[in-house]
Amino acid sequence: MTTAVLDAKGLNCPLPILKAKKALQGVPAGGLLEIYATDPGSVKDFEAFCRQTGNELLASSQDGNVFKFVIKRLR
Amino acid sequence: MGVTPDNALLDELIKRRLDELLPQKLEEKLAELREKKTPSMTIIATKGTLDWAYPPFILASTAAALGWNVSMFFTFYGLNLLKKDISDLKVSPLGNPGMPMKMPFGPDWFRGINWNIPNVIEAGIPGFESLATVLMKQTIHNKGVASIPELRSASIEAGVNLIGCQMTVDLFGFKHDDFIPEVKEYVGAATFLPMARDADVSLFI
Repeated sequence: MTTAVLDAKGLNCPLPILKAKKALQGVPAGGLLEIYATDPGSVKDFEAFCRQTGNELLASSQDGNVFKFVIKRLR
Repeated sequence: MGVTPDNALLDELIKRRLDELLPQKLEEKLAELREKKTPSMTIIATKGTLDWAYPPFILASTAAALGWNVSMFFTFYGLNLLKKDISDLKVSPLGNPGMPMKMPFGPDWFRGINWNIPNVIEAGIPGFESLATVLMKQTIHNKGVASIPELRSASIEAGVNLIGCQMTVDLFGFKHDDFIPEVKEYVGAATFLPMARDADVSLFI
């Protein structure tokens, strides 16, 4: 299954979350969404997002000033 | 058959056992219901300027993105936010000592300067408000923050209920046609308050 990718670099709260929610709608259950963001607040935001929406945050990493998240759509 | 000594003893034992078991069972059941219930939020939006448009729409769109049920009640100047064209919301620096006034262009050292303009100048120079609005919008755009029309669209898309205050519509002589068709309904406080009561979070902005 191809992983969907969302480039949210340069976008500030709440755009990364809003765009991720929209992107996830196109991901089948069990599929993955890769997100790139530069908003430092997005680290905690995506943790909360996954907890609230029942999806799994598989990875959260940082490379320079770019944050990368991998979310698995559970349902 | 009256209350025999055996029954009285039984009642006492049952009562004692229930007192022991019930609080814990109740706790568990309440926690279970709390887990399952979809969080909900109501927001009362009473302001119509650019700076005050952000909190309600950001909170509403983010909550909706988290899967919450959200209803927004627009009253008084908040009705401004339901107008068809909201690309020209203004912000005023007058009497707004909390507003940072930094130029959104130029070299870094220039951008760092906070221009404390006295109220008398802000009030005296015509067009100052428009200037402040233009600079604020540029600042917002530079930082990759969404515009108000964008946030409103995102909220609508995410299923946020937009509710207008009918009294304010009458008060300021508006017509329903002045506002976007996505407004769910126009009601009064008596209709809105029960919604607020049932919501987990209720905000007044």
